Amino acid sequence: MKETKIFEKPKSMIDVTTHYCPGCTHGVAHRLVAEVIDELQIQERTVAVAPVGCSVFLYNYINVDSYEAAHGRAPAVASACKRLLPDSVVFSYQGDGDLASIGMAEIVHAANRGEKITVIFINNAIYGMTGGQMAPTTLVGQKATTCPLGRDPKLAGYPIRMCEMLATLQAPAYITRVSVAKPKYTIKAKEALTKAFQTQIEGKGFSFVEILSTCPTNWGMRPVDATNWLEEHMMPEFPLGVFKTPE
Amino acid sequence: MGKRFLMKGNEALAEAAIHAGCKYFFGYPITPQNEIPEYMSKKLPEIGGVYLQAESEVAAVNMIFGAAGTGKRVMTSSSSPGISLMSEGISYIAGAELPCVLMNVMRGGPGLGGILPSQSDYFQATRGGGHGDYRLLVLAPSTVQEAVDLTMLAFDLAEKYRNPVMVLADGFMGQMMEAVEFKETRAEGLPDPAEWAVGYMKQRGSRALIKSLYLDPEELEAHNWKLQAKYAQMAQHEKRFECYLMDDAEILIAAYGTVARIARTAINELRSEGVKVGLFRPITLFPFPYEPLENLPASVRQVLTVEMSCGQMVEDVRLAVGKERPVSMYGRVGGMTPSVDEIKDQVRKALGR
Repeated sequence: MKETKIFEKPKSMIDVTTHYCPGCTHGVAHRLVAEVIDELQIQERTVAVAPVGCSVFLYNYINVDSYEAAHGRAPAVASACKRLLPDSVVFSYQGDGDLASIGMAEIVHAANRGEKITVIFINNAIYGMTGGQMAPTTLVGQKATTCPLGRDPKLAGYPIRMCEMLATLQAPAYITRVSVAKPKYTIKAKEALTKAFQTQIEGKGFSFVEILSTCPTNWGMRPVDATNWLEEHMMPEFPLGVFKTPE
Repeated sequence: MGKRFLMKGNEALAEAAIHAGCKYFFGYPITPQNEIPEYMSKKLPEIGGVYLQAESEVAAVNMIFGAAGTGKRVMTSSSSPGISLMSEGISYIAGAELPCVLMNVMRGGPGLGGILPSQSDYFQATRGGGHGDYRLLVLAPSTVQEAVDLTMLAFDLAEKYRNPVMVLADGFMGQMMEAVEFKETRAEGLPDPAEWAVGYMKQRGSRALIKSLYLDPEELEAHNWKLQAKYAQMAQHEKRFECYLMDDAEILIAAYGTVARIARTAINELRSEGVKVGLFRPITLFPFPYEPLENLPASVRQVLTVEMSCGQMVEDVRLAVGKERPVSMYGRVGGMTPSVDEIKDQVRKALGR
């Protein structure tokens, strides 16, 4: 019988085991990015920018030109790289602490300048790499190591909704929120990533894909419970959808 | 002699960078260096370059990180408080071994300080400023012409060593006008960015990785020793200095930048009065040229350091001179400048006359 290969690792993905915890959705998001790079045939002109956080080692898994950026500064690094190499496809891959806390100025201004880059924003409502501290996207009442009784809005405010905020700006071309918690969401996430990269390649402007993700280790949950918790608690706070789309 | 242009120091610095082949500038406004980004914002788009005003010095230096990673000639300029904000990013640039040119048109500190000329960032420039064991090559011009020449040299040195190079000027140099000439010089045999920079994956057959994180301590130690070996190479090959009327001097003034220029006038006037005084002027502050001070002529009985700081370069001078001869220090700070007469008085006082 003739064998037909129907499933394989994306070509731009490096064949190693990731350092991510069991049940972490970074692996799924990485794979989707690699699949899109392969399908658009852009591996040799893609540049990844991964700043401090669990995904700082993105370059160990995706085989493209890569920068390791300082905490929060990936959009500044990516902006300059893209300006100097207009034919390249530049994306940053940032967590919620990185993008929505320390790097708030850089993301807002890169979006506002309409930089022709793609930003992939992994929102898991917690600081993963440093061990589960409160993030700007931590839900009200959600426990973290620096809010052991749960986030109290009187002390720490409310979760920041990045898509909604950035969508108030005129320059960005494509802003969307997706998830990779379950297969039905993952299929749509890949469509969003494809569209985001296409937006950049076609020179239409800034594209931003927020991916609601799980962090079972720091949430203190089993992986399957984490995906259910994401659906039940994160999605009402961070509704999926398209907030801006290129004309 | 080539064509000469009457230019303000800051604009001459900017034009020198363009002459050196720099087409990319990222920065954030701060006094007293604003003429540099203003000049760049007009000129660079005309030559197909990029001028981008960042949202902060923090963003600007990270844009430099991103731009330098492509291997093209890039620069930023700022003034003291802005350099403090950039220092984290400069550490990353040094750690990732990226070439770039940084200009610091120094103003008085600490804190918001003032906007007038100062030399109080000597420690920050020569000892790091950011975290970790790294060094910048630091060039300290004394005239606008020298600022032009050193800026052009800075780009060559940055590429040669894949290291950030700082041109350390002060507010005087930025604001004064002098006639300058742009000499077309470019070092040969500089490394090809295609070997390491992003954007060459197809040509090279492998991707570039711009990074400074080494979680394995043995790897990080090896990376540090590699950097130190590079700094040792700089120390061996790049020391630059000027000695003026030093051979028969009884007393030697050590000064750099604008202060050296003021000291030179004081020295000429004192010489006409018969006072045997000379000048030692470091042009590279890192690597600091210790040797001339370690091997002073027998006639030199003491050294007077003059700075627009409370005493920073004097530490390097003392390190070199040792305990054989006294080293004294005269400083004015906060935007105040040592005058020719003050320097003459200090020399006479030191000689007991």
